[in-house]
Amino acid sequence: MASKAIFSTLRRSLTKPHGGAVSRRHHLSTTSAATASEPYPGDEHAIVMKGVRISGRPLYLDMQSTTPLDPRVFDAMNASSIYDYGNPHSRTHLYGWEAENAVEVARIQVAKLIGASPKEIVFLSGATEANNTVVKGVMHFYKDKKRHVITTQTEHKCVLDSCRHLQQEGRPRVRLEPLMNGGGQERGLRSGTLATQQVVGFGVACELAMKEMEYDEKWIKRLQERLLNGVREKLDGVVVNGSLESRYAGNLNLSFAYVEGESLLMGLKEVAVSSGSACTSASLEPSYVLRALGVDEDMAHTSIRFGIGRFTTEEEIDKAVELTVKQVEKLREMSPLYEMVKEGIDIKNIQWSQH
Amino acid sequence: MRMISNVGTGVVGAPACGDLMKLQVKFDGSGKIVDARFKTFGCGSAIPASSLATEWVKGKSMEEVLTIKNSQIAKHLFLPPVKLHCSMLAEDAIKAAVKDYQKKQGEANGETFEA
Repeated sequence: MASKAIFSTLRRSLTKPHGGAVSRRHHLSTTSAATASEPYPGDEHAIVMKGVRISGRPLYLDMQSTTPLDPRVFDAMNASSIYDYGNPHSRTHLYGWEAENAVEVARIQVAKLIGASPKEIVFLSGATEANNTVVKGVMHFYKDKKRHVITTQTEHKCVLDSCRHLQQEGRPRVRLEPLMNGGGQERGLRSGTLATQQVVGFGVACELAMKEMEYDEKWIKRLQERLLNGVREKLDGVVVNGSLESRYAGNLNLSFAYVEGESLLMGLKEVAVSSGSACTSASLEPSYVLRALGVDEDMAHTSIRFGIGRFTTEEEIDKAVELTVKQVEKLREMSPLYEMVKEGIDIKNIQWSQH
Repeated sequence: MRMISNVGTGVVGAPACGDLMKLQVKFDGSGKIVDARFKTFGCGSAIPASSLATEWVKGKSMEEVLTIKNSQIAKHLFLPPVKLHCSMLAEDAIKAAVKDYQKKQGEANGETFEA
């Protein structure tokens, strides 16, 4: 799809390095991937932030945290921000009617993507509020009759589970108590004036997702394989966390044995990724999701999460492979565990001196 | 290196906790540390803590290095509260390495050394 390549380029040329100066050589891409083979004179593109110095903007491979905005969605939101300034709940004038229309169009776009009726879509501020509303709202509503909620260890969204559970018992409509009280918007389920341009953006994003899902899946799967194979070609002791088959291709969570996650992240400062290690969480516990997947504690500390998206390029993947391999090798040189394994010691059976 | 009698090796921590430090100190005939090396499986605070330990023990005597406190390491590295245990581990590693050296010395002299 030529349009995707154009948007990829367009998106990158809009994000400039903090230094301000944009070199003509780099106008098509400011990521480390494109500048890999060209050492530039001086350090005019170096970014220094929070005590860290990096030679350019890092590659973005953290799609499970956030994703960059599709320029087509931005266009729709931009236009909506300027023109749809009426309150979508104002009944009395054209501005309100137009804003309401924009919201209802978006509602249909969202519903179509997930095979629901528009009447089943409620807009709130995000996933956290939605989860809270459904879990607490449903339980409060049914508190006299049902007190049991079923969930899974790896799930932190009880939304669909709760509703489906109740629906299966023959209830055609799931009722809930609202979390936000006020003017009764969204049929009383969530009071508060909607931010029209956000809703419009959501709708357009859903429509695009529906149209391009097959293509996106193929592209992302291809990149996922390129990343995994690239890394496995050069390194042993690479474990995929979770099933490789029943998995969203854009998430590649890898454990690099004998190397701790936070130290690897710090070495990979030219790649934006996440880790499931204890040190990167506020609680000093390794990711409970990894533990629930059956990952050993010491391997949970070594995990790195790569997120691949619609706009990720092969260049970025290749560069990520190169940087990852280099850092893992360097840290393994420093790792007493790797040394022991190389000497043939079975590290699973050692008595460590805990403290 | 583990077999040589003038080198003490200390291994502290546990992979399940995400921290494992191995510290080695080499003594000369006069009881001074002339070289130190580390290998660490650990985070962005554990690795520098053990690295700093190897820098600080060089040129010091056994008694001197046993007075190195985790708080000094933490202060030098500006470790935040959540990472203080890394400096503690580094202090433990120094003590473990010295203890190992003493044990080897005791064995070399035909004594059994009770710590």
